[in-house]
Amino acid sequence: MSEQKAITTNKLTKKFGDFTAVDEISFEVNKGEIFGFLGANGAGKTTAMRMLCGLSLPTSGEATVAGLNVYKENEKIKRSIGYMSQKFSLYDDLTVKENMRFYGGIYGKSNAFIKQKTAYILDHLHLEKEANVLVKSLPLGWKQKLAFSVAVFHAPEIVFLDEPTGGVDPVTRREFWNMIYVAAAGGTTVFVTTHYMDEAEYCDRVSIMVDGRIDALDTPIRLKEKFNAASMDEVFLKLARKAARAAD
Amino acid sequence: MRTLKFLLQKEFRQIFRDPSIIRLIFMMPVIQLLILPWAADYEIKNIKLSVVDKDHSDYSRQLIAQVTSTGYFQLAVYTNSYPEALEQVESGNADLILEIPSSFEKELIKEDESTLFLAMNAIDGVKANLGSAYLQSIIQDFNKEVRIEWIQFPRFSPETQIEITSSNWFNPLMNYKYFMVPGILVILLTMIGTNLSSINIVREKEIGTIEQINVTPVKKFHFILGKLLPFWLIGLVVLTIGLFISWAAYGIVPVGSFITIYAFAALYLFAVLGLGLLISTYAQTQQQAMLLSFFIMMVFILLGGLYTSIDSMPDWAKWVTRFNPVSYFIEVMRMVVLKGSGLIDIKRHLLIMFGFAVVLNSWAIINYRKRS
Repeated sequence: MSEQKAITTNKLTKKFGDFTAVDEISFEVNKGEIFGFLGANGAGKTTAMRMLCGLSLPTSGEATVAGLNVYKENEKIKRSIGYMSQKFSLYDDLTVKENMRFYGGIYGKSNAFIKQKTAYILDHLHLEKEANVLVKSLPLGWKQKLAFSVAVFHAPEIVFLDEPTGGVDPVTRREFWNMIYVAAAGGTTVFVTTHYMDEAEYCDRVSIMVDGRIDALDTPIRLKEKFNAASMDEVFLKLARKAARAAD
Repeated sequence: MRTLKFLLQKEFRQIFRDPSIIRLIFMMPVIQLLILPWAADYEIKNIKLSVVDKDHSDYSRQLIAQVTSTGYFQLAVYTNSYPEALEQVESGNADLILEIPSSFEKELIKEDESTLFLAMNAIDGVKANLGSAYLQSIIQDFNKEVRIEWIQFPRFSPETQIEITSSNWFNPLMNYKYFMVPGILVILLTMIGTNLSSINIVREKEIGTIEQINVTPVKKFHFILGKLLPFWLIGLVVLTIGLFISWAAYGIVPVGSFITIYAFAALYLFAVLGLGLLISTYAQTQQQAMLLSFFIMMVFILLGGLYTSIDSMPDWAKWVTRFNPVSYFIEVMRMVVLKGSGLIDIKRHLLIMFGFAVVLNSWAIINYRKRS
């Protein structure tokens, strides 16, 4: 079963002392799917994502990523995934090219692969002129697009994006989503958290977390039908308003 | 191995792109080694002396001339009232009072003995101690001259006198710079080793790039080695600059071999870099790392035998110095630079330092977690 699934979780839980950040969540993500992981601030999205990426050890429950167990095979999982964190994750004091070379290198890619892929990305992002510019001098939108390109540089099976478009202008956000579509069309599973409800509409399926639990999981169209809402925005508000946990 | 190559390439690029690190690497040894040895000198000069001369005789003037001609003392006040001299001490214009009683010359000639009074400001204990010791030895010399002048016979002095002649081995001129410079060089390497490595990793924590590294298949061991090696090399470069300055500015050429110094320094750097690494695994911000390493450095320096001799410390402090890597390196540097000790002579130090390096680095690697 899990052969066809990119991610499976069963009652996955993370507690910090008395506080249950993630409370027995169970879901499956299909291969090649764009899976939207929604929730208010503090709902537990990032913690859940960190457990799947092997950055945080679950307290209880089961989970597999790319068919590998998150408890025992977490280092193997890392070969199959890409991750783009909330914080900007490239090295500011390295150039665009050097960042790509570094990340390609530590994933064990050959020099030929790195060279070819770097040229491809520079061409697609129209960054040829900026190839040897320090990343810190790029505008935020470009940085985010570059960070995504670096996260999928080693052609991972699954890519985790934690609020990748935070603070980015609408035009760049649109371009960013085009990049996500291209990656998904190439067979990469995309697991993305966002606060923008228009972006939720672009996802194949969406889950909404409230107080550490998944309260809804379906395609955007069916979620709107179910909650009798005109937009994902309305669906989200209906669910998130009942949250007991204070947003941070 | 290939991963390590990419990690090292990244670290070197970042280090050489940071002008503050470059400045630190080259300026710190130059400034510390050119300035500190002149200030950190135990030799006390320019002691301000108040003389209360109640005698105003030939001998009293002769004595004062002898005292001031040594260069260690400056005649601050010359008076015949003790309260006036004391006032000068109280206001900080004088450190020592030498009182010559009114019957000094007379008693010396007639009764063959006289008494001088010495009072010192003991707020600065070191200065007071050394000052009075210098003065006493000058007075003794003066005394001897007087005796020669007056007591020609009998040839054998009725009082048996033991005269001590000392010979200063390994540092014949008792040049304090020979003693301080190797020690300061050790402090320099220690500071560069702990600070640079701890701040570097904590910086990645602060920016968030460490998270990105933690989701990659990079092994902890490779990541840490990638961090250690550049600073290890920088440490050896700083040592080289430091040894060059010691030679150029102070003419210090190690009696022992450079191989011994570099061999120990190579091991020592791994130990202090491990300490820096360990600090970085506990600290969340650069400020925390700085404060923590600053605190550790204070203890290391004060209990390292640079300024005060470990042998004269209380037992508990001696025991603490055994856990201080700095104390071993200072000892080794002085042994090699002044005495010419070789690798075999510092075998015990090498073994202990190897222990430090293994323990500190293992602790750091265990404590560095890719998963929380």
